[in-house]
Amino acid sequence: MRTQVMRYEIVVVGSSWGGLGALKVLLGGLPSDFRLPVVVAQHRSVDSRDKGLASYYDARCQLPVCAVEDKQPIDPGTVYFAPPDYHLLIEAGTFALSVDERVQFSRPSIDVLFESAVDSFGSKTIGVILTGGNPDGAEGLLAVADAGGFTIVQDPVDAEKPDMPRAALETVPRPGALLGLDEIPPYLTKLAGEIA
Amino acid sequence: MSHKGSHLTRDDLESIEIRLLLEAVYQHYGYDFRKYARGSLRRRLWRRVDAEGCKTISGLQERVLHNPVAMDALLMDLSVNVTAMFRDPTFYMALRSRVIPILRTYPFIRVWIAGCSTGEEVYSMAIMLREEGLLDRARIYATDINERVLERAGDGVLPLNRMQTFTQNYLRAGGTTAFSEYYKADGDRARVDNSLLDNVVFAHHNLVSDGSFNEFHLIVCRNVMIYFDKELQDEVHDLLHDSLVNLGILALGNKESIHFSRIASRYEELDPEEKIYRRIA
Repeated sequence: MRTQVMRYEIVVVGSSWGGLGALKVLLGGLPSDFRLPVVVAQHRSVDSRDKGLASYYDARCQLPVCAVEDKQPIDPGTVYFAPPDYHLLIEAGTFALSVDERVQFSRPSIDVLFESAVDSFGSKTIGVILTGGNPDGAEGLLAVADAGGFTIVQDPVDAEKPDMPRAALETVPRPGALLGLDEIPPYLTKLAGEIA
Repeated sequence: MSHKGSHLTRDDLESIEIRLLLEAVYQHYGYDFRKYARGSLRRRLWRRVDAEGCKTISGLQERVLHNPVAMDALLMDLSVNVTAMFRDPTFYMALRSRVIPILRTYPFIRVWIAGCSTGEEVYSMAIMLREEGLLDRARIYATDINERVLERAGDGVLPLNRMQTFTQNYLRAGGTTAFSEYYKADGDRARVDNSLLDNVVFAHHNLVSDGSFNEFHLIVCRNVMIYFDKELQDEVHDLLHDSLVNLGILALGNKESIHFSRIASRYEELDPEEKIYRRIA
């Protein structure tokens, strides 16, 4: 079979307050043949159990869901969660972690994840900002936009907490798509199938 | 870190500048950051660029080469890792239940804390060994690449405003008395009980360029190698493996799996959740 060059190679998702419910809709709506890796930075308590979250979504998604460990290879069609109290960064082909200072009071920081994704994948990055109560992710989404990647923002009206998508719309006033939560999984599925 | 747009895109020029800076630092000062993981390194470099009022990484390179004070600041930013007393309390619980019984079987115990940063992990280990009645027959070698943080670690000084967190961690880590037994307030700082450090040797050691210097029963190297790239991780794993007695124990950070290392088959898992391994070959 001839290999086709895909337009996009990775999806990064940032969410905070209200994110656990929103992610159920987003991740649960991706089909089992979804081609791209999906990497999620969800703000959560330092003490939360890492494996707990991954197995919760694993039971509710058609794609395999796992908690990331340092230098883990990035596989297509897999959902990855940033572990609590670590920054998650994307390197060439693998994940890397850091315990550097919080960014925007957050670790994992959405900005850190998005900027590292752009550094490795450039215009082949899709960035998605969901519900949340703080401005983390706005700079990261701008990095995706500047690199020529695709930007998706959950419509603040539709979000449980509008602050995070609103902050993203301040740095990226015209995202690639401004969508209700339900519309995001089919939209991502369409983007994931695009040929370069 | 500031965001001027252009440096956030994948930028070959930036890659060249980073490579040149790291090469220059290595050749002029001997510190080798060339195999550090790129993502975190890049963030830390840009933080220095901003702090020095430079515009580019090349600008930072000029500053660092001609001004040792700027090199000092860069070294601090690249080598100091955030730490806390009893960080990850469940790790210390696992040490108490899985590792202490093994250490008890040795007449004399050598522990290496590789990358001890400002010392919190060293104090935590000393406290735990004392509570388990093992500190008197233990020697803890605490090493770091950075002489300045080593000095701080040797002083046993802790920020008073973190004591509440540390106390909570201590309790959740299975502490058997009161955390306040182990330090005295001293103005806005706290100082750890000096006798905890009687059997601690603080020494400069660079995991990237220095070799093995002893054989240990327990090596703790947590959240240090996450800043290294895959190749350097493998090299440091070889060094740690060489520095363990047969059946010695290696403790990594709780998101650092040995599975992705080529040395994995030479260890067995003592506690897979807490990433505690035992050398079997």
